[in-house]
Amino acid sequence: MDNFQIPVSYYLVLSVLLFSIGVMGVLFRRNAIVIFMCIELMLNAVNLLLAAFSVLHGDTGGQVFVFFIMAVAAAEVAVGLAILIMIYRNVKSTDINILNKLKW
Amino acid sequence: MIHYLFYFLSFLAIFSALMVVLVKNPVHSVLYLIVTLFSIAGHYVLLNAQFLAAVHVIVYAGAIMVLFLFVLMLLNLNVETESHKSSWLKFMAVLSGGLFLLVLTASVKGSEKIHGVISGGSETGMIKTLGNTLFGEFMLPFEISSLLFLIAMVGAVMLGKKETQ
Repeated sequence: MDNFQIPVSYYLVLSVLLFSIGVMGVLFRRNAIVIFMCIELMLNAVNLLLAAFSVLHGDTGGQVFVFFIMAVAAAEVAVGLAILIMIYRNVKSTDINILNKLKW
Repeated sequence: MIHYLFYFLSFLAIFSALMVVLVKNPVHSVLYLIVTLFSIAGHYVLLNAQFLAAVHVIVYAGAIMVLFLFVLMLLNLNVETESHKSSWLKFMAVLSGGLFLLVLTASVKGSEKIHGVISGGSETGMIKTLGNTLFGEFMLPFEISSLLFLIAMVGAVMLGKKETQ
């Protein structure tokens, strides 16, 4: 792995693409669980970029930040899915268009 | 040689990320997301951040994705129950996502400090250096994140409990 040489801009392009796919998915889908998955996708794009820049600068702080983002993502998913189960129990669907009481 | 691995992993990540958005069945979405997460773990290995890769696989593929699959199967969601937006809304979603991509690309292109080259064999991702930073400089945030987990656990249990009148 010692002859591995990649410009950091390649990682930037990859992360930007993954993040945009995540944004597109949030706008595209109506199932709340799939929207959660797209949020995970965005978090992972950011994580990848943080790790790449931490290796570029030889700074460990970036990778420690990735750990904290993972921790927050895990907590977010646990609480979010609990909320989704509550919603499903009440309206028998996870379609976000049914949940429009707060819309106007 | 390793360059091809980078391109292959990137292609796999982007392809399966697209499939997460495009497939109709939510269970298939979860499976494609697992493929994406594994390819990102491969990227971490390429960056010589083995500990990060291991934690990534354990936390995401082992915990978060199991949670997703569990909830999907608990709620019994599949293609029949899956509702879809009108094609006009889908078009607008793709358009705004593409515009977002354009804005991000433009802002990245404008910055000048992105010409560095990542070379393999860096010692940044080793467990020893990571542990020194995590338990030295970032000790307080580490402890606070344990508090966050406690709160999330209590919140999830409270929300998941059946309401008794």
